[in-house]
Amino acid sequence: MRKRSTARIAAPLLLLVCVVALGNKNARAGSQDNASNEVKIDNFSFTPATLTVAPGTTVTWTNRDDIPHTVVSDDKVFKSKVLDTDEKFSYTFTKPGRYPYFCSVHPKMTAEIVVQ
Amino acid sequence: MSDYIIHDHNNDGIDRRGFLKCMAWAGTGTLCVLQGGVLKSFALGHSNHEHTGSLKGELSFVQISDSHIGFNKPANPDVIGTLQAAIAKINALSTPPEFVLHTGDLSHFSKPEEFDALEQNLKSIKTGRVFYVPGEHDVLNDNGKQYLERFGKSTLRDGWYSFDQKGVHFIGLVNVLNLKAGGLGNLGREQLEWLEKDVKHLKNSTPIVVFAHIPLWAVYPEWGWGTDDAAQALSYLKRFGSVTVLNGHIHQTMQKVEGNVTFHTAMSTAFPQPQPGTAPSPGPLKVPAEQLRNLLGITDVDYVRGRHSLAITDSPLTS
Repeated sequence: MRKRSTARIAAPLLLLVCVVALGNKNARAGSQDNASNEVKIDNFSFTPATLTVAPGTTVTWTNRDDIPHTVVSDDKVFKSKVLDTDEKFSYTFTKPGRYPYFCSVHPKMTAEIVVQ
Repeated sequence: MSDYIIHDHNNDGIDRRGFLKCMAWAGTGTLCVLQGGVLKSFALGHSNHEHTGSLKGELSFVQISDSHIGFNKPANPDVIGTLQAAIAKINALSTPPEFVLHTGDLSHFSKPEEFDALEQNLKSIKTGRVFYVPGEHDVLNDNGKQYLERFGKSTLRDGWYSFDQKGVHFIGLVNVLNLKAGGLGNLGREQLEWLEKDVKHLKNSTPIVVFAHIPLWAVYPEWGWGTDDAAQALSYLKRFGSVTVLNGHIHQTMQKVEGNVTFHTAMSTAFPQPQPGTAPSPGPLKVPAEQLRNLLGITDVDYVRGRHSLAITDSPLTS
């Protein structure tokens, strides 16, 4: 009796653990997807130079240079503060369109986010 | 050790060989003198002052640049230390400079404590006054408001101005604000109009010295080393017999002579940057610690009345 009740409790518990594990796996896969929402600032350039995302996506820029940079939209849609080494800036794109941007400190650095 | 011009086809005082020699030595400390239409170049060493002693005129000043106070990355973890070495070098000059020009990037991050440290240290220079123009690192986040309050009180608009000293007309220009996507340094319409008016009343024989942070010639546009509307500024200076343009920004010495205009860039007091196109980016160049002070330095400029030419001497911190 005691054994059976253990099994009765253990089976759904096991299932729950599996579901949670699966959920975690999904969450991890999700965060891997986030990598494609990231722009790296390195060697005085934005990589990728063109990033295409779906509406509602939050894009994160990270400065990997020893020199401060900014992320400034040509059309003044978004503008970061000056990013020191390893500092980040994020912006959520809601409307489809093309968003060219540059570094206002080093304006030769240009790139684009495409939302579609 | 000196070289004299042998072939001067354009009658501008420069032959190709002499000019290239001058360029080649630039990184290690070179004195390039344009005198009476003859370009001479000397490699600098401990005997430097034996050469330059005779060139001392009635106006001596020093240019320093790109101190980047606040920078603490491996390329130079002690930018205060190297700034102080530059100051010691200025204070050891046989002729104390009448004034010092700082051609921008005083700070690395436009932080108040960085500006404080720079100001405090420069107080120990034995000179009459320090004149400034901003670099792009001095106008971060506030479009130069803080810089103007501290270093540009008697200047116009974004920080440009001119002054006269012993018959030489000095012009400080600002080319680090309102930069356009994909562009280079920028002077802007308002500053250009001011410049045109500022030089209108001057005689053609007045020696002109222009100083600004980003080079006013296309050193390497791929890395942003140039100024979009510099040609227009220079068009107002065409009629003058002697124009010297002093810049910083590229953390290495370079010189170019075009007609009556001598363009010159100074070393940084903080860290070197790679030569154009020799690295993936113009980021700070990390060199072995014992080599760092060979690549940092000061620029000494002398004006001899009647010669219509300025003698420019670059000296690394180690010489």
